[in-house]
Amino acid sequence: MRRFGPMFRKEFIQMRRDRLTLGIMVGIPVLQLLLFGFAIQTDVRHIPTVVLDESRTPTSRDAIAAFENTGNFRIIAHVNGRADLDHWIARGDAQAGIVIPHDFPRDLARGTTAQIQVIVDASDPLSSQAALAAAAGVAQVRNLAILSSAAHRLELPLETRVRPRYNPGLRSANYIVPGLVGVILTITMVLVTAMAIVRERERGTLEQLIVTPITKTELMLGKIAPYVGVGLVQMTTVLLLGRFVFDVPLTGNVPLLYGIALVFVVASLALGLFVSTLVRTQQQAMQVSFFFVLPNILLSGFMFPRQAMPALFQWIGALLPLTHFLKVLRGILLKGVGLTELWKEMLILLLFATVLIGLSVRRFQKTLD
Amino acid sequence: MTGVAVETRHLTRRFGSIVAVRDLNLTITRGEVFGLLGPNGSGKTTTIRMLCGLLAPSEGTAIVAGVDVREAPDRIKELIGYMSQRFGLYEDLTVGENMDFYAGIYGLEGPGKRGRIANVVSFLGLDRRLNQLAGTLSGGWKQRLGLACAMMHQPQVLFLDEPTAGVDPAARRSFWKTIHMLADQGTTIIVTTHYMDEAERCIRVALLSQGHLIALGHPSEVAGQVGQGARTLEDAFIVLQERDEQESPTS
Repeated sequence: MRRFGPMFRKEFIQMRRDRLTLGIMVGIPVLQLLLFGFAIQTDVRHIPTVVLDESRTPTSRDAIAAFENTGNFRIIAHVNGRADLDHWIARGDAQAGIVIPHDFPRDLARGTTAQIQVIVDASDPLSSQAALAAAAGVAQVRNLAILSSAAHRLELPLETRVRPRYNPGLRSANYIVPGLVGVILTITMVLVTAMAIVRERERGTLEQLIVTPITKTELMLGKIAPYVGVGLVQMTTVLLLGRFVFDVPLTGNVPLLYGIALVFVVASLALGLFVSTLVRTQQQAMQVSFFFVLPNILLSGFMFPRQAMPALFQWIGALLPLTHFLKVLRGILLKGVGLTELWKEMLILLLFATVLIGLSVRRFQKTLD
Repeated sequence: MTGVAVETRHLTRRFGSIVAVRDLNLTITRGEVFGLLGPNGSGKTTTIRMLCGLLAPSEGTAIVAGVDVREAPDRIKELIGYMSQRFGLYEDLTVGENMDFYAGIYGLEGPGKRGRIANVVSFLGLDRRLNQLAGTLSGGWKQRLGLACAMMHQPQVLFLDEPTAGVDPAARRSFWKTIHMLADQGTTIIVTTHYMDEAERCIRVALLSQGHLIALGHPSEVAGQVGQGARTLEDAFIVLQERDEQESPTS
């Protein structure tokens, strides 16, 4: 391994001199964090809503106020007929419509079930789900009030108290920012290493290098080592911005987090090396890297819960290093757990790193063709 | 050590059904400047790659600097230097950094490394260029830097692949002077080229056509082989190659 040193030094000088790439490697985390942190909100509120009130009574106005008071519906217009209401939703000006039938106050007074119809534009799943939940909530609250007064009870027969542990405010930033650390590391580490090797091939410098006594292992390890540092700088940037801009807690054992992150970074770099053995040009390297990155974002549990996926996709997700690293990130940052709870993830990541390095060293042909 | 630097016996390389190099027998002595000539696809590159330990022969043997390419291809890389036609160094590193890198790759360290780099720098006159980025050098200086990196470890055999392509005449002349100085010090130089003026500076040339040897000897001997009217090496080259293609039109 005595040729590792010169290789590492050379790669480090080149990296430092390539200001654009270096800027991108630091800029991407900042930009992504700000986008995800400020722009992406999964809790939908103030859905634009139109109302068709056929009864026009104090009772019906009362019901409409109850909807508005949830904060999920924002009444933007009152319409005079079904066709008008459908039209508002079809145009996309409104995403929900509330219809209170003519018989509503009469049914309520009589004690038969009074109906309110809520129409939701489900072409946007996130906001329609929020509307459905809020609408069901309105009915439940009203029902409870009516039933308990009819039964002359002052206290409710049953109550569930939900305590959201680890993220009591249910803030999406707390969920997104730790995940973002993993996603950014995956994207940049895989892409940067894949490009680094292919660039040597494209520029003809690999041709000169392979006639020297340098071994495959020295060459590959020397190439990826400087980027380990870059990865840890990226992670620090995201964590600090998350802490001071989005107020994301850093509860757990941060040194442990860095230790496991190191293993994850090495695994991602090895994946990049593997990509570089599959392609000939930098453009192909970019395309294949993105091909690897997409499943990482979709299947790792970064945005969509893995429990909801069919078994096959859960399996595919389990084959991604990011899936396991996300558990580590959320475990340490939000739950404050340690190695006792996370040793399994740590071992899996170690396994990934070893296998991927082995595979890419084997595939890397020291010969030109 | 004997006076033989490179010896090939029945050296053959196939790619599928294509025979790239066929039954090549060459003996190159120590300190010789030897030219490998031939058109594109004649087998020059394949021969060089086998001699550098990058490609295993299909049949036959090659001994380079006393080492069999079949047995120890990695050991050979410590004994040879290679300079490609395309500039193969790092344009975003300075001249000094490129040399430092290759010295390290060839296992030099500490004072030994510094001493050797200083020697090579003064031998090739690179003193005033050390802090210049390699990408900003002219063709002639790039070629000198390429040579500097390839000879850093004092190789016994130096392979030059079309070394003076794209270099101005004055730089060419001084480059060849340097090459002959190296040969006089005992380094064996093997040059592949299809430029006749490069070929004429060699002590012996081998002409390859369709993967096999069609002529061998001093440039003037090879020109003489053809006889009638072929006074220059270039004439001889064309006549011999056409004759070979008529006899065995395989390609």
